[in-house]
Amino acid sequence: MGTITLSKVTKSFGSTEVIPPLDLEINDGEFVVFVGPSGCGKSTLLRLIAGLEDVTSGVIEIDGRDATRIPPARRGLAMVFQSYALYPHMTVAKNIAFPLKMAGVDRKVAEEKVAAAAKVLNLTDYLERRPGQLSGGQRQRVAIGRAIVREPEAFLFDEPLSNLDAALRVNMRLEISQLHQDLATTMIYVTHDQVEAMTMADKIVVLHTGHIEQVGSPLELYNNPANMFVAGFIGSPKMNFIGGDTASAFGADTIGVRPEHFAIATEPSEGAWEATVDVSEHLGSDTFFHMHSGHGERLTIRSVGELGLKHGDKVYVTPDQSRIHRFDANGKTIAS
Amino acid sequence: MARAVSTRRQVAVSILAWVVALAIFFPILWTVLTSFKTEAEAIASPPSFLFFDWTLENYGEVQERSDYFRHFMNSVVISLGSTLLGLLIAIPAAWSMAFVPAKRTKDVLMWMLSTKMLPPVGVLIPIYLMFRDLGLLDTRTGLVIVLTLINLPIIIWMLYTYFKEIPGEILEAARMDGATLWSEIVHVLTPMAVPGIASTLLLNVILAWNEAFWTLNLTAAKAAPLTAFIASYSSPEGLFYAKLSAASTMAIAPILIIGWFSQKQLVRGLTFGAVK
Repeated sequence: MGTITLSKVTKSFGSTEVIPPLDLEINDGEFVVFVGPSGCGKSTLLRLIAGLEDVTSGVIEIDGRDATRIPPARRGLAMVFQSYALYPHMTVAKNIAFPLKMAGVDRKVAEEKVAAAAKVLNLTDYLERRPGQLSGGQRQRVAIGRAIVREPEAFLFDEPLSNLDAALRVNMRLEISQLHQDLATTMIYVTHDQVEAMTMADKIVVLHTGHIEQVGSPLELYNNPANMFVAGFIGSPKMNFIGGDTASAFGADTIGVRPEHFAIATEPSEGAWEATVDVSEHLGSDTFFHMHSGHGERLTIRSVGELGLKHGDKVYVTPDQSRIHRFDANGKTIAS
Repeated sequence: MARAVSTRRQVAVSILAWVVALAIFFPILWTVLTSFKTEAEAIASPPSFLFFDWTLENYGEVQERSDYFRHFMNSVVISLGSTLLGLLIAIPAAWSMAFVPAKRTKDVLMWMLSTKMLPPVGVLIPIYLMFRDLGLLDTRTGLVIVLTLINLPIIIWMLYTYFKEIPGEILEAARMDGATLWSEIVHVLTPMAVPGIASTLLLNVILAWNEAFWTLNLTAAKAAPLTAFIASYSSPEGLFYAKLSAASTMAIAPILIIGWFSQKQLVRGLTFGAVK
């Protein structure tokens, strides 16, 4: 079991409140991603759950048991750190076995568990090496191995992939998702990368200045963002926001259209906006056009495949009417 | 990128370095040479550098007149004892200041260092009187206590600098892995800081070995270490340069040998944290 409930949890450092009262429910076996820009409090929130920071007020329950004042070691959680945080003076085998040694597990049993974890993580050939002799990806696997052997109630990941190069990141992302499928244990994953959030999560928690902006499945957040912050944060490239008369025509203060929800034409048509191409980015599978409209707004538009438009070309872009998001003056979504 | 240095410049700099090194080392060399001279040759003018009658007479007389081994053992006990006791206090202190700093930690560290700036003679009388009342005068225990207190700021500062280099996340990982505070310090922090602890230990043994103010003022005979052994040769009977030199050579030899073999460790210890 790995149910985690946060009720009215707050955290202040001195007189600065970094987490205002916050409620959150994490169900057993869920893959939950905390996402937000740097400084939004996502790592602090994870550290509160881990017990590495004390909550200022509120209650954290793990499996229905009040864990607010329980030290980290006895919360039954395992954590994987951004810097891997391996013990440099111990071999891979000893690193993985460390939590078992601390728990006083019989040496024979510990050896078996380490061997099993190493097999799952392809580390069997490296057990006698020290962390300094491993690549970044292997180190991250050791850190995960150290977490697995404890058979925790939940895994906590604090930006575990941000020190890896792009290709390795995609691989590790898949490996962690696979691990979640195999273990079916609750996982809480912190990242600033919305792509990681979208691809891995069952449930995304979008945080901004310590507040939860929205909680939902990746597609819920993509299709029905609660406000402009979530709309702008989820999706890549970012949603286009247009104000002024164009928005007023839709009965909103601001409207938002995602780059992939435009049609591009070289001839004017009903409801199309005139725009001029500034920069084209050719990715092969897609092309991103950065344009400015007749009203001076900057737009990013995504087109599937290759489209031979260049700097200064005049085009007509039509937003998909069913995909226009409307926001009020406070940035809240206006229900349609 | 390395800077291009002309050969002439290289030679000039090398010569300068040798001159400076010899100038620093010369007093020690001169002491060692004098210890092998007769008293007459020791004060001869002009002095002879290498061409004199080499003799071991002084060493024999020094050993005969005062018990070198007893002084040596006192030095060993006092310097090692004060360093080990210092480490025992300093490791937890440096741990807390490096990993759970409070608002005033920096001030506390500066305050501790400032005690080193106080002239020791300023507290000589109170300490002397306290030692007299507690019966600690001329005891090894008394000297261990005093030297621990004298060197503690340096031990804490050195360990603090080392501990600061250890990423806090590793200790947090240990905490998540179920380590108690004790196992965190024993199984994770200490092994990672071994080079730092070793050079702190070495430097403090040397400092305590060479300490002369307190060892001379608080001992008479029983607990007198090698510093007192040397000092006893500039006595009312007059100055006997050759014997004084022999005594000095015997006193500094052990620490010189330790220092020679561990210089790499010592240099690393003193510059650790200065550059990454």
